[in-house]
Parts: sequence; C-alpha cells; structure tokens
Amino acid sequence: MTPDLRGFELDADTGNDGARDPVAAVLDALGQAFGVVAEPGAPGSGPRRYTWLDTFDWRLNHAGLVLEYEHKGRGGRLLLTRDGTPQAEQPVTGWRSGRPRLAADLPAGPVKDQVLKLASPRALLPMASAAGAVSVTRLLNADGKTVARLIVNRETVTGADQAVPLPARLTIAEVRGYPGQARRAARLLAAIPGVSAAQQSTFAAALYALGRHPNDYSNGVTTDITAQMPASVAVATLLLGLLDTLEQNVDGVLRDIDTEFLHDLRVAVRRTRAAIKLLGDVLPETGPYAAEFRWLGDLTTPTRDLDVQLLDFDAMAAQLVAASPADLEPFRVFLARRRTREFRRLAAGLRSARFRALTQHWRKVLLEARDAAGTARRRGPTADELAVSRTGKMFRRVAALGSAITADSAPESLHNLRKRCKELRYVLEFFAPLHDPVIYRKVVGDLKQLQDCLGEFQDSEVQRHEIRALADAMLTERAAPAATLLAMGEIVANLAHGQAEARAEFAQRFTAFAGPAGQQRFRALLARPVS
Amino acid sequence: MKIYATYNIKGGVGKTTAAVNLAYLSAADGYRTLLWDLDPQGAASFLFRIKPRVKGGGKALIRGTKALDDAIKGTDFDHLDLLPADFTYRNMDLLLDARSQKPTDKKPTRRIAQLLRPLAGEYDNVFLDCPPSISLVSENVMHAADVLLVPLIPTTLSVRTLDQLTEFVAGFDGRQPQIRAFFSMVDRRKRLHQDITAKLLAERPGVAATPIPALSLIERMSVERAPVTAFAPRSQAAQAFRALWDEVNTDKIAAAPMPSL
Repeated sequence: MTPDLRGFELDADTGNDGARDPVAAVLDALGQAFGVVAEPGAPGSGPRRYTWLDTFDWRLNHAGLVLEYEHKGRGGRLLLTRDGTPQAEQPVTGWRSGRPRLAADLPAGPVKDQVLKLASPRALLPMASAAGAVSVTRLLNADGKTVARLIVNRETVTGADQAVPLPARLTIAEVRGYPGQARRAARLLAAIPGVSAAQQSTFAAALYALGRHPNDYSNGVTTDITAQMPASVAVATLLLGLLDTLEQNVDGVLRDIDTEFLHDLRVAVRRTRAAIKLLGDVLPETGPYAAEFRWLGDLTTPTRDLDVQLLDFDAMAAQLVAASPADLEPFRVFLARRRTREFRRLAAGLRSARFRALTQHWRKVLLEARDAAGTARRRGPTADELAVSRTGKMFRRVAALGSAITADSAPESLHNLRKRCKELRYVLEFFAPLHDPVIYRKVVGDLKQLQDCLGEFQDSEVQRHEIRALADAMLTERAAPAATLLAMGEIVANLAHGQAEARAEFAQRFTAFAGPAGQQRFRALLARPVS
Repeated sequence: MKIYATYNIKGGVGKTTAAVNLAYLSAADGYRTLLWDLDPQGAASFLFRIKPRVKGGGKALIRGTKALDDAIKGTDFDHLDLLPADFTYRNMDLLLDARSQKPTDKKPTRRIAQLLRPLAGEYDNVFLDCPPSISLVSENVMHAADVLLVPLIPTTLSVRTLDQLTEFVAGFDGRQPQIRAFFSMVDRRKRLHQDITAKLLAERPGVAATPIPALSLIERMSVERAPVTAFAPRSQAAQAFRALWDEVNTDKIAAAPMPSL
C-alpha cells in the first residue's frame, strides 16, 4: 500500500543521542534513488511562526475546519483548511493573534466570509502557537529534473507557560505529472527506521503536546452516568459537571472576551438550579445553595439582557420601515453605556468572596455526596429509577399546563409553561445517556420547537417591557432625541407583531409535542423492560 | 486565460528561447502559467529537463482521448507547468486535417483553441511554442492565440515575413490575434542590425522597444537546461527578457494597424 504522502514524522527520540541530525539519515536514504538538492528560498520554506485559532467552544473544529494565523513581519495571513486542504486565505494587518478577536471584527476577506457565520458572536482565541522552520529538498531524476520534494517542518509548540518540541514532520510533495516518483519517495521514507506515518494533524499534535484536545470544552451536559448508579451519585456527578462548566467560563466573562461566556455560565447556573429543585432531594444536603445560585443567576441577568439587546440591535434596526436605523444610534450608545455599568457590577460579584465561597463549598458538598453513596445503609433509588419518575412527572405537568391554555389565556400562563418546559428539557438532558437515542432525539426535537415558540412569545414580551423601561431611563438622563424614541416605538411594534405570530403557532407546536402521538412517544421513552 | 504564441515561419530565430523565458517570467510574477511545446523537436521540453513524450502521442491529444490536463508536467519552478513535445507532433497537420473529414468537426483550424478551453480556470497565461512553417498547426495556433509574439532577426527579409504574417492574420474571419514583434538575436556590433532595428522601431508600430541580444549566455541555456532568467537572473540577457516581458504583459507595445484587404 502506498503511504499517505503528507504524513510522516520522525520519532521524538530519534537523534536525541546527540549523534547525527536524523533528517540527514532521511536524505541519505532518499539519495539512493534520487538526486537530492536543497532548495533554499523555495515557496513556503524558511522560518515560520503561527497560531491556531478557534472559539472557546471549538466551533471551527466541530465544522471540520482549522484556522491558522501565520505571523509575517508586522502583518500576517489567515489560512483556513479542511483535512489539510486550503479553503480560504487572507492577509490581516495590525492584529496581535495572542489576543482574542471577535470574528465579526476581522477585516473583510474570504476567511471572514467562511468563519463569521460559524463563529459569531464568539471571539477567536489562540488555542496553541508554534514556531520553527520549514526546509525544502528537491528530489531529482537522472535528467536532473525535480520529480518530487521533501518538506521538513521542525517546530516547537508553545502554550501559556511551556514550550514542547514537536516531532519533525516530513512530507513528500508531488510534482504534477510525476505521481509515481512521489509514491516511490514516500515508500522509501516509510522504510527508514525512526520514520512513521503521522497519526494526527500538526494542530492536533500541538494540542496533545500541551495536554489539551479539541473539544475539551462543551456547554452541553456531559455526564458520565449509568442506569444502575445510585441516584445520589448520578445527581452529584452531573452537578459537578455543571460546576466545571460554570467555572470554565468565569475567566472569559471577567475578561469580557465575548458574550457567550456569560451565556454559557448562565445556562450552567439555570441547569444547576433546576437540578437542585427537581432532583436535589436525593442528595444529603443542598441547604442554602438554591438561594445562592438564584443570587448568582440574578447577578448575571442585567448584563445578559443588555447583551441580547446589543446582539439583536442590527437585525432590529434593519426591520425599521418608518424610522431610519440612524435614528436608533443614541439608543445603541445608551445600551453600551449601561452595559459597561452593569458589567462592573457583574465582575465585582464574580470576584466576591460570596461567589468564591459558593463554588468552593458547593464542590465540597457534591464530592462528599458522590463519594459517600457507597457507605449508605439504606438503598436509595437508582439513576434510572429517578430519571423515569422525575421525567414522567415533569412531562405530565407540562401536558396538564399546556392543555389548559386557550386563546384567552393570560401571557403569564404561557410564561409558566415555558419555565416548566425548560425544566423538563434539563431533566431529559441530564439523563440522556439512559434513554433510547432515537426516541430521545424526536422527543427533544419536538420539545425544542415548542420551547422556541414559547421563547419567541416571552422574549418579545420581555424585550418590549425592557425597551419601554430603557426609554424612560433615557428620558430621565436626557439622552433620548424624539427620532430615537419614535424608532424605539417602531421596534416595540415589530416585537408585538412577532409575539402575536408565536402565540398563533402555539397550539400546533404543543399538540406535536404533547398530543396523543407525543404522549405515546413519551411513554415509549420511559418504558423499561420488566426485570 | 491569455494565450501567447511565439511564432515565425523561419526556424532558429529565438522562438523557443523567448517562449521559455517569457513563460518563466510570467510564472515568477505569480501568474499560473502553462507552456505547450508544440515543436516535435522538443527543445522547450529539453530545456526544462522534461522528456518529450506524451502518452498516446499527438493523436490522443487531438482526438481528445487524452485530456490535455493529464499530459501536463510540473516544471522545477513555482506556477509553471509544461505540456511536453512528442515526436508524433510532426504529423499533427495530418491529425488535424483528419478531424476535418468528420461531419461533426468542420473547423480543423480551431482544434487547439478548443483543446485549451477547459484549462481556462487553471491557468492565467498559456504560451504556445510553435514549430516553424506555415501549416495547419500554425494556423490553429494563430486562431487560439490572443497575442502572436514574433521574433525578428533584424534583416530585410524577416521584416518582409512580418508583413506577410500581418496580412495573413488580417484575412481571418472574426477574432484575430494581436501581432507583437520583437527583435531577437541582435548583434549590436553589426551595422545592419543597428540600422534595421532603429528604422523599424521608428516606422513601424507593433514592435517591442526591447531587443533580445545575441549572447552566448542565452546559448548556454541548453547546457544549464533552464531559462537564462532562472540561472542568471541578473545577466544582461535575463534583463532583456524581463524588459520584454514587462512590455508584453502590460501591453505597452503600440498596435500595428491591420492592412486593409
């Protein structure tokens, strides 16, 4: 079999005995079949320094893409690849790649075009950096014609406080029209002791060297629970996972890197509160933590609400018909100023002793609960028993509340249903590994559509109230020109329109989820074989 | 994709030398460049150390059983590929003519243009290095080319040849290539060369201001087997080709008026 031309590496320990440069041995071996001539100044050769970028939650990686920033003098170049194949590149000037940068703030170009949709509203963060040199050697036939090239990359990867040399990477580059010669060179390379097929991309190798791996962060519920695990252990485990997520986002929130750190932190808090409320009774002690997490959730709300207003701002402005988007600018300035103020309060809260105490003590409580389960005298429920009973209870509650909603029901009844749907969704997600995956996907899919509809209804309502309150505040601060207030009025009208549409859609969404077919599906989801 | 062809009815006037060096400079400037060595002698292929052989020969290319794309070889230089010569190209006239017997192909003079069309997305510039003669092959080349680059040795006879060629192209229906001549193998010590060069430049548009001198370094290309612009980029010869390429590439050569027929 012909080895992949792209992937060879020199074993890390080859040549470490201080003897000969291991690359020289490679050149000797290739020299048996080819003329071997160094090609200084070949395109792509010379010193190289680059940084890999992705969002905190690895959005580019999830899409199979790798984004590399190559440092070149004062400027640089962004290169986007998929499986090592270039997809787009563009020059970038005046960017210190060590600092996060919002995808939206990249200069216009083909990389931005591909990255923006995937990454927004997240920032691009440096995931790893590497520096080294690339050398190119021409492999010649008997006529002295270059029929292939050997490319050697020698790099050291740098993280926050460490520098790790990567194994030298060898690549055979094919010259058009000479595929056989490239394969021959690759076969010779593969036979050299100390040379092996590279198992992973340079980026993956760099992350591995730093002790990281792609997807080491996810904002999903990633608990490692099993059906027969004691329920207390399962709940403590999933709460520990949520605490990890919460803590992972604190630094990004405090550095105000992008809005999604706070969003993910809030989701972790909401999930924690739901778990304490719905499942906390299986833990020996949840004490004051429900109230403390409520405090944390409330602490984060004002900033998040303003983030949402600012994130939606351009889309809202684009919907204006009577007013001009420019009329809204004072509103944007007002929102930004208010956000700065609210963010200071949030940051102070996250740096407070109260927050530190909450996370530290909560972790201690959860670890104790997880580790004490084996010593309990009385056998409690299993994780699966808890999943079936609580998920069933939540579903019945949602079905009853939703069935009681009519065209005349007050908005509060829909808000209440939305909260219960959120709790049901969390409980489903907590115990996802215990359910049949096919039925689970369908149930969650229908629930999600119902939640989207309820979310649209309630978010529109909340946003309308907020804009009214902000308009009052702007008037008080004398920051509200008449044109701005009129434009804000038009936005409120648009929101009311969207809310009415969501209201009209509700019955259909609810029936899909909790109608006869939905109920049957739910029963199937919770059915367990009789032991 | 812009197609240049170096053409002259006479042999030994510097067609291949010009094609090889101009193609190299085009590639060095970042243009994706293809050089098609149409001369069965394969001098351009030799200069790039590429075997003058195409699988299936000219027949397969002209018939289309082998795509041009599959026969292309990478040279040692970035952005520069070569479609090698093949000894069977000596029969290309016959092959092109044979196609005209087919009821589906009534235009044997457009076959090379047709074959090059699929490469439009792949290359910015194509250079055709033609064999000397007036034949169906050269007529094909003239129909395919956007610019005919005509090397002229400064003699009275070669000026006459240029006139004949200009007149011939003027008779084409529809699209006609631009004709851009340049002096080649100029010996500055020869009075005749100096006189003809000066006179023609003064009197005749469509002639490049840059002459390519007759220099032994250019002859050395066959020993080095590389363009002089690559192995001696600072030499007088390389600089002359660079100046000529700049004139050609930026279309600084004033167009000659087409004779009225």
